[in-house]
Amino acid sequence: MSRLENREALKKFREAIKAGRQQSKKKLISLCAGSGCGAYGTAKVHQALTAELSRQNLQDQVEIKLSCCHGFCQKGPIMVIHPERIFYPQVKEEHIPEVVEKTIKNGKLADSLIFKDPTTKEKIVHEQDIPFYKLQQRVIFGNNSLIDPTNMEDYLAVGGYTAMEKALFDMGSEQIIDQIKASGLRGRGGGGFPTGIKWETCRRHEGRRYVICNADEGDPGAYMDRILLEGNPHCVIEGMIIGAIAIQSHDGYVYVRHEYPLAVTNLEIALKSAREKGLLGNNILGSGFDFDIQISRGGGAFVCGESTALMASLEGKPGRPRAKYVHTVAKGFRDDPSNLNNVETWANVPLVINKGADWYSQIGTKTSKGTKIFSLVGKVNNTGLVEVPMGTSLRKIIFDIGGGIPKNKKFKAVQTGGPSGGCIPEQFLDVGVDYDELLKLGSIMGSGGMIVMDQDTCMVDVARYFIEFLKEESCGQCNPCREGIKQMLEILTDICQGHGKEGDIELLEELGGMIQKFALCGLGTSAPNPVLTTILYFREEYEAHIRDKKCPAGVCKNLFHYDIAEDLCTGCGLCAKKCPKNAITGEKKKPHKLNQDECIKCGICYEGCKFGAIVIK
Amino acid sequence: MKNDIEIDWQKIDNIISKYNANHEALLMIMHDIGEIYNYVPQQVIPVLVDRLGVKESLIYSVATFYKTVSLTPRGKYIISVCTGTACHVRGAEKIMGALEEKLNIIEGQTTEDRLFTLDSVRCIGCCAAGPVVNVNKETHGGLDRSSVLEIINEYKHRAS
Repeated sequence: MSRLENREALKKFREAIKAGRQQSKKKLISLCAGSGCGAYGTAKVHQALTAELSRQNLQDQVEIKLSCCHGFCQKGPIMVIHPERIFYPQVKEEHIPEVVEKTIKNGKLADSLIFKDPTTKEKIVHEQDIPFYKLQQRVIFGNNSLIDPTNMEDYLAVGGYTAMEKALFDMGSEQIIDQIKASGLRGRGGGGFPTGIKWETCRRHEGRRYVICNADEGDPGAYMDRILLEGNPHCVIEGMIIGAIAIQSHDGYVYVRHEYPLAVTNLEIALKSAREKGLLGNNILGSGFDFDIQISRGGGAFVCGESTALMASLEGKPGRPRAKYVHTVAKGFRDDPSNLNNVETWANVPLVINKGADWYSQIGTKTSKGTKIFSLVGKVNNTGLVEVPMGTSLRKIIFDIGGGIPKNKKFKAVQTGGPSGGCIPEQFLDVGVDYDELLKLGSIMGSGGMIVMDQDTCMVDVARYFIEFLKEESCGQCNPCREGIKQMLEILTDICQGHGKEGDIELLEELGGMIQKFALCGLGTSAPNPVLTTILYFREEYEAHIRDKKCPAGVCKNLFHYDIAEDLCTGCGLCAKKCPKNAITGEKKKPHKLNQDECIKCGICYEGCKFGAIVIK
Repeated sequence: MKNDIEIDWQKIDNIISKYNANHEALLMIMHDIGEIYNYVPQQVIPVLVDRLGVKESLIYSVATFYKTVSLTPRGKYIISVCTGTACHVRGAEKIMGALEEKLNIIEGQTTEDRLFTLDSVRCIGCCAAGPVVNVNKETHGGLDRSSVLEIINEYKHRAS
C-alpha cells in the first residue's frame, strides 16, 4: 500500500473504494466474527460456507465478510446477506447448503433459518425490522455488519477518517475542543466527566502530553469496549488522532486487557495499515502533524481501570492508584499531562466532528448527550449489545429490545455499573437511563453493563459476589478498602451460609458508609454500592436469610431444599433421568419422590422440569 | 519442579529485544514468556534484572500483582472458567463444580499429568454467551454441566 501524501490523495482513495463497491455485482454475506458469535462457532460456519461456495463454483459471485459484532449475540452465529439485509440467526454448518442453494443461487429464503420473534412468534426476514434492532438508535454500531476490522478499506467506504481530515485541515485545536464541549459528550467509562473540559485542561498544562485510551474493561458483565476495539478499531484510532490534534499531543497509548487477545490483534493490524497509509506517524497527510499510537497490555487487574493506577501500570509498575491531589491531566503518565478517555468515548469523537455538536446534542437528555451502548446480559431473552439514546427507559431496554425474561420468570432487578454500581428493582423500570438518574437510585452508569436478574437470583448472594470480587481486586494500600471490604465479605458469607445474626444489616451499612467516605480511590469509595443498594431495595431478602434461615431464591445452599410438588408432578421421569445422584425415584406417570439425603442441590431437576413441579422450600 | 525445564535463551532474547529492553514493558515481556512456557520460569528473572535494568523486587511485585502472570508451572491447557457477573447469574459456579469433580482438582490447581490447570477469570467479555469457559485462547459458550465435560474430553483426546 502506498502512503497518502495529502488530503486530496485520501479523498481520491476513499472515492475509488466507494465506486468500486457500488459497481460490484457480488452478493455480500456478512458473518459476525465478534467474540459472542465466535464462542458459538463462527469459524466452523465460515469454513463450511467457503467450501460450499467453491464446490458450487460461486466464489467469484459472492463476497464473505467476517465482520464486526452485530450485537444480537444471543442468536449467534449471525449471518446477514446484503444488499437485502436478510437476517439468519443461529447458523450452523449444516444450514450452509440450504442458504447457498436457496438464497444465494435462487434469491429465495431459507425457511428453517428465518428469525422468529420470541414474543409475537412472527417471522421476520430483514435485520432492520427485528424489534431488537428497530428500537435501537445505532449511530456508532450502525455500520458494523459492513466492517471487517482487518480491512481499513471497509472503514473508509463508510466515510472513515473524514472527521480526522476535517480536524486536521479545517479546524484549529480550540475549535475542536469547542465542538466537543458544545456536544455535551461525557466520559463513557463510568465517571461521566465532560470530555471537552478534560481536553481543555490537559492542553493548558505544559510538558510532553499523552493521549491514552482506556480499554481495561474490567467490569464483569460489560463488553462493549472489547467489541468496539476488536470490531471497529479504526473508529477508536480516528477519535484518538482528533484528540491528539486538540490537545497537541504526539504520543498515544491504548491500554488493553491481556484477556482480550482478538482486540489486541485487530488493533495491531489497524495501526499498521493506518501507518502504511500515512494516517499515523510523522507528517500525517502532509499536514506537518505527528502522532502515533502504541499498545500496552494490562494484566487482569480491575483497579487498573482507575486513571492513576492505569498510568502506573503503563510505566511498568504494579497498578496501584494514588490520591488525586494533582490530576492526571496535569501530571499523569511519566509525570506529564495525560488525557485518558474510554474506548467508547473515543469512538464518539469522529461522530461529533462529522455531524457537529448541534446534531449530537439533540440526542439524549438534558445532562447526558448522545447514545450509550449497553451490554444487556444475564436473565434476559435477547442478550447482546444495545445502543440507545441516553434517557431510554430501563423497561424499553429490557422488555422491548431485550424481549423480557426467559421461561416466563419474574423480573427482580437490573444491575448497572459493575462492582461500583447497584441493583435497581422493578419499581424504577420506567426511569430513563442517564448518568444522573442512575446516581439518584444509588447506582451508576458505569461503562454500560446491564445484568438482568430474575426470581432465581439471590440478592444477598449477588452482593456477596461483588464484594468477593472487590476483596480480590483491592490493591491493599488503604485501610478502609483492604480491611473494610474483607469484613463486609465475612459478614455476607455468614449470612449466605445461615450464620447471620441480628444487627448484621446495620453493621454492613455502617461499614459501607465508612468505606465510601475514606477509601483512597474510586474502586474503594464505590465498593459498598452493591451491598447498600441491595439492602435498600431488598432488605426483606437479607432478613429472610438472617431470621428465617431461608434463601427465597434457592441459591444459598444451606438455606433451602428442593422438593417435588405432588399435585404438579406428572411422573414424566425426566428429573429422575437427569439427576446425577439418582436422588429422585418413582413410577412412571405417578408423582416422584426426592431423597433429601442424596440431593446435592445442583438444580438440574429444577431447571429441567416443564411442569414447575420442583419447588424451592 | 521449578527448575526442570530447558530455557530457549534465544527466544527470551527475541522477546526482550522486541520491546527494546524497555522496562515499562516488563509485564508484556512476562506475558510473552508465559506464552511459551505457560509460566515465567525462575531462571529468567536474573536475565530480566540485567537486561531491563530493574530491581528483582520490582519483577516479583509486578508478577504477583497481576493475575495473568504465573511463577509456577501450569498445565498444557489452561481452563479459565469465566466468573463474571453475567456468567455468575447463569450458573458459572455449577460449571466450576463440574470441572473440579471431573479433573479431581480445585480451582487454581494443575492436574498431576500437567494437562489441565483449572482457573477462574473475572469476565472475558463474552457475556451474552454465558456461562463461558476459555481453554487457552479458545472460547466455548452457552455451556452446562454436561457440555463442558464433553469439551474437556475433546482436549484430552487432542492431547493423546
